[in-house]
Formats: sequence, C-alpha cells, structure tokens
Amino acid sequence: MEDCLAKKMEITVSEAEKRTGRNAVNMQETYTAYLIETRAVESQSEGQCAPVDSLWRRYSEFELLRNYLSATYPHIVVPPLPEKRADFVWHKLSADNMDPDFVERRRIGLENFLLRVASHPVLCQDKIFYSFLTQEGGWKEIVNETGFQLKVITVIVCLMTAVTQKYSNKHLSGCLRFTELKHYSDELQSVISHLLRVRARVADRLYGVYKVHGNYGRVFSEWSAIEKEMGDGLQSAGHHMDVYAASIDDILEEEEHYADQLKEYLFYAEALRAVCRKHELMQYDLEMAAQDLTSKKQQCEELATGTVRTFSLKGMTSKLFGQETPEQREAKIKVLEEQIQEGEEQLKSKNLEGRDFVKSAWADIERFKEQKNHDLKEALISYAVMQISMCKKGIQVWTNAKECFSKM
Amino acid sequence: DTSLAEVNSFSPSMPISPSSMINQYKFEDEPELRDLFITVDDPESHITAIETFITYRVVTKTSRGEFDSSEYEVRRRYQDFLWLKSKLEEAHPTLIIPPLPEKFIMKGMVERFSDEFIETRRKALHKFLNRIADHPTLTFNEDFKIFLTAQAWELSSHKKQGPGLLSRMGQTVRAVASSVRGGVKNRPEMFIEINDYVETFSQKINVLDKIAHRIYKEEREYFNEMKEYGPIHTLWSASEEDIADSLKGVASCIDKCCKATEKRMAGLSENLLPILHEYVLYSEILMGVLKRRDQIQGELDSKVDALANKKTEKDLFSEEIGKLEDKVECANNALKADWDRWKQNMQCDMRSTFTNMAENNLHYYEE
Repeated sequence: MEDCLAKKMEITVSEAEKRTGRNAVNMQETYTAYLIETRAVESQSEGQCAPVDSLWRRYSEFELLRNYLSATYPHIVVPPLPEKRADFVWHKLSADNMDPDFVERRRIGLENFLLRVASHPVLCQDKIFYSFLTQEGGWKEIVNETGFQLKVITVIVCLMTAVTQKYSNKHLSGCLRFTELKHYSDELQSVISHLLRVRARVADRLYGVYKVHGNYGRVFSEWSAIEKEMGDGLQSAGHHMDVYAASIDDILEEEEHYADQLKEYLFYAEALRAVCRKHELMQYDLEMAAQDLTSKKQQCEELATGTVRTFSLKGMTSKLFGQETPEQREAKIKVLEEQIQEGEEQLKSKNLEGRDFVKSAWADIERFKEQKNHDLKEALISYAVMQISMCKKGIQVWTNAKECFSKM
Repeated sequence: DTSLAEVNSFSPSMPISPSSMINQYKFEDEPELRDLFITVDDPESHITAIETFITYRVVTKTSRGEFDSSEYEVRRRYQDFLWLKSKLEEAHPTLIIPPLPEKFIMKGMVERFSDEFIETRRKALHKFLNRIADHPTLTFNEDFKIFLTAQAWELSSHKKQGPGLLSRMGQTVRAVASSVRGGVKNRPEMFIEINDYVETFSQKINVLDKIAHRIYKEEREYFNEMKEYGPIHTLWSASEEDIADSLKGVASCIDKCCKATEKRMAGLSENLLPILHEYVLYSEILMGVLKRRDQIQGELDSKVDALANKKTEKDLFSEEIGKLEDKVECANNALKADWDRWKQNMQCDMRSTFTNMAENNLHYYEE
C-alpha cells in the first residue's frame, strides 16, 4: 500500500448534475454527470493547498473503466460499481434513477469505487485509471485503443465453448481452493441479497408503526379542545407523538447507508466469481492444449510405426483405398513433429501462466478477504450503533410523553 | 385485613399484575373501604341439544352485613349479564351503567368461541361487575345482589318475575314515541353542554380506538418480518470465519428485539386496547342516558303543556305534574352526580392507561 495513488492524491466525487444530450442514435436523453475532483497531497504540511483539478464523468464512463480493469487484470478482484438501478427498495424509497436521494447515494458509491481502485496496490498504477481521473477529453478513445474489448470477447467465446463441452474441473489439481471460493461467493451473494430484501421489508413495517403514531398527535389535539383538566397534558403528549412519527425518516435514511455497504459486498461477490471463472477457463485451455498435444504425439507414433491404435477416418480410407507412399508419410511426420514442438512450448508457457495466475490471484484474494472482514465488521458495528441511537431517541420521546400523560 | 390478602391469592387463572391491581384500586373508594370483591374467571363451554354456550365462574367475597355469607361462587352466562344490565337500566334510567362486551365481534376473523375472544370477553365482564360494585348507588341494587349470590335455578325463577314481556314492550314503544317527538325544548344548559361534549368525545374515542388497533396491526407485521431477519445472520455466519461471531451477535440481538416487540404488543392488547374499547362503548351508553333523561323531562313538559290547555281536573294533574317534576329533578341530579363521577374516572383511567403505554414503550426501547 506504500505507493498507492490514494496516498498521493485526494480524490472526491463532489457533485452531481442533471444533463441533457444526444445519445448514440441521436435521440435526446437525460443523464446525470458527476464531478471528480483531484488534488495532490504533498505540500499540505506547509499549509499550502495544491490546486484542485476537476472533470465531469457520467455513469457509463465509470462502467467502461471498470470493464477495462476487469479485462486487463483478470486475477484481481476488481471493486464493484454502485448499482445501476435502484434495487431492494421499500415503499417510500423511489426506484427512479433521477431521484435526488438515489443520485446522492450513487455519488457516494462512485467516490468509494474510485478510492478503492486508488488504494489497490496493482490497480492504482494503471495509466488508463490515471487518465480517467485527470484527462477530460479523448479518454474514451484511449481506452478503446487498448483493445480490451477483444479480451472480453475472447473470454466470452471461451466461456461458451467450455459450457458447450460441459467442462468440469473436478479432476484437476490445485483447484480445490478455487472451487471453495466459488461456493463461498455464491453463498455470500445469496445470503446478502436475502438479508437486503428482508431488511427492506422490516424498514417498511417500522415506518408504518412510527407514522401511525402521528395520528395520535392530531386526535389528542382535537380531544384536548373539549377537556378542561386533561387538555394541557393531552396537547403536549400529542406534540411528542408527532416528534416520534417524524423521527423515523432520519433513522431510515441512515440505515440506507448501511444497506449500501452491504450491497457493495454483494457486488464484490460477483467480482470474486469472475476471478474463479477466469481460473476455470485457464484450466480448460490448459487441458485442451495438453489433450491436443497427446493426440498429435499418438498420431506421430502411429505413422512412424505403422500401427493403428486409434480409429481415424483417414486411416480407414487409406487402408481401403490404398496405402500412402513413404514420402507422403515422411512429410506428415515432419509436420506433426513441428506441431508437437510448438505444442510443447505452448503448454509450458501456459502452465507457467497458470501458476502465475494462481499465485497473484490468491494474493489478491487474501487481500480482499482481509478488507472484507474489516469492512463488514465495521458496517455491523455502525448498524448496532444506529439501532442504539434509535432506541435512545425512542426513550426520550416516550419519557416526555409519559410525563405529559401523568399530568392529565 | 384478610379480605385484602384474599384478593391476592384467589383465581390463579386470572393474571393479577401489580399494575392491574392498582387499576382496580383507582376506583374512587379507598382500598380499605372496599367491602365487595368480585372476580370472573374459568370459562367453560356447555353443549346441549339446542345450543352451545360458555359460562363463567363469578366469585364474590364480601364483609357486608346484608349478604348472608361472606363468600359466593356461581356460574353465569352472557345472557345473565345482559339481564342484569337491563334491570339496572330500568331501575336507574339516568345513571351511567357500565358497558358490557359486545355480543358479536364484527371485524376480523375472530371465531365466536375462539380462546382470544373468550378471554377478552371474560376480562370485560370482570370489569363490568367491578365497576358496578364500585358505584355508590348501583352496588346496593337488589338484582345485582341476586346476580352475585343466587344459584342457577334461583336466578331463572327470579328473572321470570317483574314486568312481563308485554309491559316491557309497552315501555319501549313509549320510549321510541317520545324520542320521535324530537329533541326536548327546555333542556337545561348543563345538559346541553354535556351533550355536546359527549358527541365530540364519542368521535375522538372512536378514532383513537381505530388508531390503537392499527398500531397493533403494524407492530404485528413488523414482528413477523423481524422473525425472519435474525436467522439470516446466523445462516451467514456459517460461511464466514472472522466475522462469524459478530454476525451471530447481531442475530441474537435481533431476536431479543423480537421478544421486546412481543412484550410491547402484549402491553397494548392487555391494557390500552380494552380501555379504549370500553370507553367507545361508554360513549354510546352516555348518549343513551342523555336520551332517557330527555325523555323523562319530555313527559313532564308534555303534561305541563296539557295542563295549560285544560282548565279542569287541575288538581289531578298538579299531583301528577308534581310527581313528574320530582322525577325530573331526581333524574337530573342523579345524572349530574354520576356524570361528574364518570368524568373523574375517565380522566383517571385515561391517564393511567396512556402512562402505562408510554412506560411500556420505554421498556421496549430500554431492552
């Protein structure tokens, strides 16, 4: 973490603005742009403030950056972006992307994303990331020039091939860790999304309980009008009921931040799975290459010794329609031997690649685990603190109400 | 004082909490002056060829001289309570007779004989008898005494006495006729005020009753969701190592919150909801009492009018009018005194019940 960008540069996503423009098919659209501000950290001790650089980016550009990072660093658990559309809403929260509360929470999420990338020992050194933060115009072109989309397509093709071949990695060694990791990320994803769903429902119900108490306020006030001795007590108790009912809004807003923290790790689970998938694909690639090599070696041997051990159509047809000439056979053997040579070299380098991948991936996974444990623990603690503060507010309101009631 | 000690020890099936005891004692008589203690408990169902019904055990302990014994135990059914109420209304038309629980529950899917329904009714019947016992006039009513002490067959034969069905119907017809004649012209100022108050009060108490029920319902739904919330954390902790303990901790806290919510709901249903409901019924009773008072005055007024029109038979009429005037004056006084008493009680009840609710909520948050 010594050289990471976050230490040298202050990064904030400070504002969000609604914009209208024309999209790719020349239709008018509304979107939100976010202001990224950066400032060098060096000379703060002398009381000087370095100048602030700033530029505007929209969500789709963040997505582009993340896709680039995922494709370029497949062994890294790349930090996730905040959700594209509002999910896990309870009835008061709006599912509208233009809603100011949603935009605000997204702004915080985007800032968090940038900070996470900037504090990652590997990712922070990426030039494209740096230009994302500092270069206003022409950044998109630069990203596309890296040709990372090709990598993405390659991955997808590989994935589809592996799926159609019903590839399973049960028999490969060194995969137990990754299998376990994949299970873990599945479990994490399912448990967090369940939790968020239930939390949203609980929040909804809690909102109902608090708000209905507000009705007390109105009725008490009306009732106090016809009472003589009870009037004052009723009236002031009614006021406290109003306070109680109003307090839930702030409480639930704070809880949304907690939900966002959990959501980040929900999306992180997806990033974990991506690393596992990459590993699977590499293993698949390796195995296919090894199989290919073995079959070529076999072919070579058969041609050389004239024995047929494996069935091949060519072999059968040549048997039926006449043998090859010795010259033809020699030529074939030579070609095969070249291919075998190439194949062996490729296999070697793929093996090396694979081992490197596992090593660096596992290092990042360990880093991720520590970060996750730390962050989740803090999130849980802050949730507990929120609950305590909610109860304290409740105690205060009801103590006051009780006093008013006893004076009736 | 042995009677006090006995209050604490009998009826193990009825939950006597300190606060409910205090509630009982908040009636205007001091504890030491109370000489009549009544409990209603032990509902039992009886099945005959024609019907099924529930009887409740009514236990009375008293040190009063006019009672032959100091302890009585009888079984009564809802019909018997209805009978008692109507006798009391007959005997004291302008006194505020406490409300009985309703015959049927309209709202919700409460079965006629579900445990919840029976328990709510039992508590209300218990309240009913105790309110009568604490009323300075009603407590000495003869029918009340018979209700508390007579065996089943004695009660049936006593019920058959008194004005027959036809004469009772006649009374009802006269009552309806007089109310149809419209509002009373000379209603005294005081009763106009009371009338206005009761109208507004009735509105407000009905709304409060609805609000309280709604809060109960929301709390119940909240509780149902919370029940699911805790176990998820436990499930999660199974996949984690480092944070497993924290997650388990959160799960157990959430479960504790669930229990606290249950307590809060119980507090509502035991305390606030029954009292609000009782006062909803009371407001209807008050309207009825005011009408009856108006009726009595109406009789007087119509006779006075008749006198003004007839010159002869003055003496006869004067006597009648004199009687009626007395009657009206009695009725008015009785009502006024009872009204004051009722208001005091209401204030007391409201105060204590809302304070109780606030305290409940306090405990909920403290836990």
